[in-house]
Amino acid sequence: MSMAMQERAAAAQTAGGPMIELRNVNKWYGEFHVLKDINISVRRGERVVVCGPSGSGKSTMIRCINRLEEHQKGQIFVDGIELTSDVKHVEAIRREVGMVFQQFNLFPHKTVLENLTLAPMWVRKMPKKEAEELAMHFLNRVKIPEQAAKYPGQLSGGQQQRVAIARSLCMKPQVMLFDEPTSALDPEMIKEVLDVMVGLAQEGMTMICVTHEMGFARTVADSMIFMDRGQVVEVAPPKEFFANPKSDRTKLFLSQILSH
Amino acid sequence: MTDTTQNQVVDLAEAPRGVTIRVWEWARANLFNSPLNTVLTLAITYLFLRVLWPFIRWATIDSTWNAANDRACQASGGACWAFLREWGRFILFGRYPYEQQWRPALVLALFVVMLLVTARRSTGGRALLMMWSGGLVLVFALMWGGFLGMPYVETDLWNGLPLNLILALGGVGFSFPVAILVALGRRSRMPAIRWLSVAYIELIRGVPLITVLFMSALMVPLFLPGGASIAKLWRAEVALTLFFGAYLAEAIRAGLQVIPRGQYEAADSLGLGYWRKMGLIILPQALAISIPAIVNTAIGAFKDTTLITIVGIFDVLQDVNNATNDPGWRNAYWEGYVFVGAIFFVFCLYLSRYSQSLERSLSRARPGARRT
Repeated sequence: MSMAMQERAAAAQTAGGPMIELRNVNKWYGEFHVLKDINISVRRGERVVVCGPSGSGKSTMIRCINRLEEHQKGQIFVDGIELTSDVKHVEAIRREVGMVFQQFNLFPHKTVLENLTLAPMWVRKMPKKEAEELAMHFLNRVKIPEQAAKYPGQLSGGQQQRVAIARSLCMKPQVMLFDEPTSALDPEMIKEVLDVMVGLAQEGMTMICVTHEMGFARTVADSMIFMDRGQVVEVAPPKEFFANPKSDRTKLFLSQILSH
Repeated sequence: MTDTTQNQVVDLAEAPRGVTIRVWEWARANLFNSPLNTVLTLAITYLFLRVLWPFIRWATIDSTWNAANDRACQASGGACWAFLREWGRFILFGRYPYEQQWRPALVLALFVVMLLVTARRSTGGRALLMMWSGGLVLVFALMWGGFLGMPYVETDLWNGLPLNLILALGGVGFSFPVAILVALGRRSRMPAIRWLSVAYIELIRGVPLITVLFMSALMVPLFLPGGASIAKLWRAEVALTLFFGAYLAEAIRAGLQVIPRGQYEAADSLGLGYWRKMGLIILPQALAISIPAIVNTAIGAFKDTTLITIVGIFDVLQDVNNATNDPGWRNAYWEGYVFVGAIFFVFCLYLSRYSQSLERSLSRARPGARRT
């Protein structure tokens, strides 16, 4: 860990360097080439929305950033630390990178409050009282402090996803990754989750969101990344991306999802 | 199905009528609601009475409590409980020095109290752990003695029911951590660890318990450096631990397999690391799911302790055999076996009821948990 910290200190000295950088990242599932020469750089405070047809590799790409998936070729740097198979590096990076899943993945045997205090107490060694205050702070932020004592199974999908976001925030991450956070939600619950995400974006959180919510993308994104068949096809600011897509594949995709 | 029965119970309880009427209505609704069911109910009742009634007669009305030997009982044709008055204490405690038998008796009482306290789910986990570790120290101190004027008693003289309980609880208690490690090892990403775990489980499960007991009783001494020896009791305990460990590991693995991948990923993405992920997130959920299988193994383990007779340790069942060697009570083995059977039945019933209440309270604590 000390090595990771030294490297992070070195990275901080070269401030202004990218928060996340992927260089020629490649990944295969057996014969299937999921990610092909991905090059992406995300600045501190930048909000990036990744979109593309299903099977395009966008979820796999962000799951590589906290090593839920392993890449086989190329380099990934998070806050200046390179992701290698070194467990210390991986754990150091996971502490700094929050992730929100499509299926929420709350811990069903723990209350909402326990879900939030668990990682700060066990990973950050925070005293229980302090962790609970922090948890209540973020539960207020996602507007469900009254659910603290309940179990995840007693909450609606939208509430569960907001708890999941608060759980990640309790680790005070430098970056938040969102893997289709609203895809498993009923339509009437999507807004409450997006509202929280917009709030986060406005506070300057570095975010990478895989989502099909184009309204959200237009509001908050600094840049759009369009992926198809394992490749980054187009990177552009949202205005340009929506008004004037360069690639035919992007045009086709946009026409399909914006037509209705 | 549970819902409907509960509803009926509630409905009947609310009905402001006599108990007999309610029982009769329940019987009509459940036992005599079709010609086939009526026939089946009557047939089963007949068979039940046919078998059970002679037994009840034998055990109560026709039984004899005062007799000098089994021939004196024969006239009545019923159970000869006089045998238990004469030999019951030996069956429970075996060759433990007679005037010191209050010590194993106290150990039995201690076990029963600890089991009852455990069943009251109001006691916290940490308090239970402290009670059991303190209780076990006390158990061994009492059995061994050698202090406070209690003479030292070697393990060969620890016989009877306390021995079955020590072996069963010790075997399950020690095998539990082994089983958790092996269950995790079987799902490890490291081939060497996975292979070792699979080899252990398959080897032990492929062999009868008696073989494992023989191995540890006869072969372990051969491998020990010259002169060193371990008491038979501990060799048997190691064998039981290894044996139950393999079965428990499979019970726990079954629980591990149904935990969704998202739980692992969520724990990973919070930076918990392997042991915290397993200890705080995965195992608590997996063990809760495995409870029926774990209790099943524990019940089997308790009954299997009677097999240690084979390596020359006198457990409660062997004590019955020894007691019927008394020329005066050669034919009293029925009474002895019924007595020991009843003891085992009570303990196993308790375990099974305990697991049911544990399952209920765990599912109450996490309503709708299965949805996520």
